[in-house]
Amino acid sequence: MAERYSSFTPGGTAWFLQRVTAAFLIVVLAFHFFLLHFVNHASEITFAGTQARMEDVGYFLTMVLFLIAGAFHGVNGVYNALVNQGLSGTPKKVVLAVLVIAAGLLIVQGVWVALVMRGMI
Amino acid sequence: MSQSYNRGLIEDFGRWKEFSAGMWAWIFHKFTGWMLIGYLFTHIAVLSSAIAAADGQTMMLAGEQVDAYTGTLQGLESLFIVRVLEVGLLAVAVFHILNGVRLLMVDLGVGLTAQDKSFYASLVLTGVITVASVPTFMAGVGL
Repeated sequence: MAERYSSFTPGGTAWFLQRVTAAFLIVVLAFHFFLLHFVNHASEITFAGTQARMEDVGYFLTMVLFLIAGAFHGVNGVYNALVNQGLSGTPKKVVLAVLVIAAGLLIVQGVWVALVMRGMI
Repeated sequence: MSQSYNRGLIEDFGRWKEFSAGMWAWIFHKFTGWMLIGYLFTHIAVLSSAIAAADGQTMMLAGEQVDAYTGTLQGLESLFIVRVLEVGLLAVAVFHILNGVRLLMVDLGVGLTAQDKSFYASLVLTGVITVASVPTFMAGVGL
């Protein structure tokens, strides 16, 4: 078969990271939804309950990794969708810069919130 | 023998009537992806009320003085529209997860000949999981 049907670009770091974060997010997103809607009902969530969950270092680290993986996967996905639609040249560079800054701010804000929930700030 | 296939500009959404299962899967994956990243920003914004709560800020919720985080989250959860949006978010997330698994398999070259069937399976499973979750998501909220 002469045609290549995979979207795999040999050596593409962003492509590879998109798949690695995808595999991680599948598991953690399912866990997150299950824990906060079926085990603990979303309508009964309190600050004290959140603080108690965040005291567990494994849970805290999972949530921080979840945020970083989600931010990367989402922003990289948006960037690729726009490139796919024909974004190129200077607009492409501007969009990339805006997305990187947005993801960076999201991660900083999220980590700050997580540290507050854990009582570390 | 190699064959070339002119796919045309598939990114032209005006051709939606010609779209096949794989194309719809691609469009739905994009749409749900946009929803999810949009939600992530909103989610962190709402959870940021933890900063105010840790700072000792309180608010009124159903006649009671509660911390800003509990009040914000439970206040939102008391709204019917928020619960409906949450069910929508679940549907979007479940589809993105299931179709994402399908895409990982396509990338690995597993089950390529059944890629259209696995898209339909993703849709059906998303529907079933979403409907089954409605009672839990709508518990304790009135119109």
